[in-house]
Amino acid sequence: MFVRLVYQSFRREKRRKALAGIAITLGVAVATAMIAVANDIGDKINRELRSYGANLLVTPHEDTLDVDIGGMSLKPPGDGAFLKEADLPKIRGTFWHNNIVGFAPMLPVTTDLAGARVTLLGTYFSKRLSFGKENFVTGVRTTHPWWKVRGSWPEDQTGDVLVGERLADKLGVKPGAQIELAQQAHRVAGILSTGTAEDDQIVAPLMVAQQILGEPGAVRRVYVSALTKPEDALAKRDPKTMNPQLFDRWYCSPYVQSIAYQLQQAIPNSRAEQIRQVAQNEGTVLSRIKGLMLLVTLAALLACALAVSSAMATAIFERRSEVGLMKALGAGHGSVAAIFFAEAALLAILGGAAGYAGGIFLARQIGRAIFGSEITVQPVLFPIILAIAVAVSFAGSAAAIRKAVLFDPVFALRGEP
Amino acid sequence: MTRAQVARRRAGRPHTSMFVRMLLRAAVLRRGRATSALLAMVVAAAVTTTMLNLYADVEAKLLHEFRSYGANIVVVGNRDASLPSDALSKVDDTLAGRGTAVPFAYAVATTSDGHSIVIAGTDFTRVRKLNSWWSVTAWPQPESRSSQAPAQALVGKRAAAVLPSNGKSFDLSFQGRTIHLIPAGTLSTGAAEDSRIFISQEAFAGWTGIRPSTIEIGATGSNAEVTAIMQRLAEVLPEARVRPLRQIMEAEGRVLGKTRGTLLAAALLIILTAALCLLATLMGWVLDRRRDFAIMRALGASDVLLNSFFAAEATALGVVGAVLGFAIGVALAAWIGRVNFNAPVVPRFSVLPIVVGGSVVVALLSAAFPMAVLRRAQPAMILRGE
Repeated sequence: MFVRLVYQSFRREKRRKALAGIAITLGVAVATAMIAVANDIGDKINRELRSYGANLLVTPHEDTLDVDIGGMSLKPPGDGAFLKEADLPKIRGTFWHNNIVGFAPMLPVTTDLAGARVTLLGTYFSKRLSFGKENFVTGVRTTHPWWKVRGSWPEDQTGDVLVGERLADKLGVKPGAQIELAQQAHRVAGILSTGTAEDDQIVAPLMVAQQILGEPGAVRRVYVSALTKPEDALAKRDPKTMNPQLFDRWYCSPYVQSIAYQLQQAIPNSRAEQIRQVAQNEGTVLSRIKGLMLLVTLAALLACALAVSSAMATAIFERRSEVGLMKALGAGHGSVAAIFFAEAALLAILGGAAGYAGGIFLARQIGRAIFGSEITVQPVLFPIILAIAVAVSFAGSAAAIRKAVLFDPVFALRGEP
Repeated sequence: MTRAQVARRRAGRPHTSMFVRMLLRAAVLRRGRATSALLAMVVAAAVTTTMLNLYADVEAKLLHEFRSYGANIVVVGNRDASLPSDALSKVDDTLAGRGTAVPFAYAVATTSDGHSIVIAGTDFTRVRKLNSWWSVTAWPQPESRSSQAPAQALVGKRAAAVLPSNGKSFDLSFQGRTIHLIPAGTLSTGAAEDSRIFISQEAFAGWTGIRPSTIEIGATGSNAEVTAIMQRLAEVLPEARVRPLRQIMEAEGRVLGKTRGTLLAAALLIILTAALCLLATLMGWVLDRRRDFAIMRALGASDVLLNSFFAAEATALGVVGAVLGFAIGVALAAWIGRVNFNAPVVPRFSVLPIVVGGSVVVALLSAAFPMAVLRRAQPAMILRGE
């Protein structure tokens, strides 16, 4: 009888049930989408923050002091220690290799160009490398996204170079021209604009700089761009003072310090350090944006709870005469309430499932429109969302059900308010 | 006053007061339903106000956070020359408090055992404000006027390793002139600063005679405002090159754009949900009053009167709910601002007309649909409860 009552209620009052169902679907869809977006925003913004450039710098351990002012190095080019280019792919073998967005080696040398001393910077543009079975592409195009090139980017395996904007102005060089560096002709693939010291320099594939210096396989420093976790109390501690358990936790968290530690282990005779300007500030920006989205999600949940509960309340309020009839026929408070709660639960589950599907779609659209990448909804969310939908519909109906149950059947049947 | 006018006024007066009385009694007699409709209105308006306020203010809040990344504009002397001596005061005048400018002068000095080292002269108070990421063990104390005491130096982490006696005073020479320095603290940035020694501008100028060649500026404001500041700087300093730090400006633009985009999408979704929920609640409320409607029609009320009665009710509900909701929403936004950004979100009163207008429109819409249904029904049928 109970099942039949609920079933008939759904069959007979399709329109009213559909309205409440739509409200629940909509509310759950918005809630799902917002939770998914808030959950993913940290990762998405972290990737955007990588446009600030590298947050780690790897230098030789035994290096002499850098003596440079305004991008001009006054240190003799062969002075100091070097890293080995052959060691660089090992960066992909570190524990957090998936968090390493890219790296770019740098080797500044000085050379003669048209009778003047210029700095030539050897680097990777977008070099194909392999570590083990894995192939990957890395270089300044990933780590220095604000570098703009007029003309085209050179290929790493050729001798083509980029000429800095101001240097090109001074020399009157255009893309496609030939310049002579260290008795060798090089084609100018493009004009580079960075807004910093490189505007007065030549940027060439790493190989070219190594040939000019006469040190094959040498690298002066490596810029590494990594996705990191905002710093907390554990991150700041010195790994030497930790017990093994704590050290494991520290080592397995993508803090900028632990990634630096792992880079240092991976590359022999190196010293890896965070670039504090980038590394220290991204944590703050990231936590602010995450916090904002969390609070906004709470607001969304509030709006959704309101939508669902008001729809439920309205639906019950309109069925007072039915309650009156049931009570006149001898139904107790409990059994009347049970019917309504069963209906609410059924609606919540149906609407919740439909809303979850809609929320996945919404989250995807938001991800694609704003970040150009997918936002995935964790399947774990499904039971949580359903539970929330049921709880909210119960809470929203409770007051209306109580009122309907307590209503005098005589008045209800006479149709009085 | 003619008789006709008096008659018209008499006819008019009780009519209007009856109208108002009906509105008021309707709200008082069905307190429960009216309260729940008003509550829905208030919550919807509050959520909308919060989202609009947050969206309007998030740019200012994030730009404030972004300034912890330091300079976004650099002024350098043309052709590696020093800047004119009044450059810093000109920059300060142009900024007019909307940013921090820090001068830097550089020279290459030699330590007593022959190492070359870059030494920089700067203003410690300013650099501390601009470059908050500098990790410093102890900042040099402001110097006393007497030039007897040796100058204090901030020594970069890598430079410290080269200096002969750690923690003790040391000598540096530049073109035959020697300066005696006391290390105040060690600096660590992970970048070029680690290999340098910083001393105060006065000590640097007195020793080397070199004026600042670079001024780093952290200008606050949106991209357009910063560009305007750069143009003005270029005008007042024709002998210098003013350039943006694209690394900082472009990244800021991207992060800001994405955050605003996400917030806008969230705001739209939330406002839409709130509006739809409001529509459903109010429609239920109007439908619930079909007996009043039927009695009024049975007593001979015209369609115009009925329409204006329900429209007035909806408008009153919309305005009262929106104003209450606005107040709550502003408080909510201010709270979110304080919790998340440590600075309250400034209330935007330009949002109020949008919220009030939107609420009234939704209220009128939700009254219009049930009215159309009820108008078609016979009063007798409604009164019989069918």
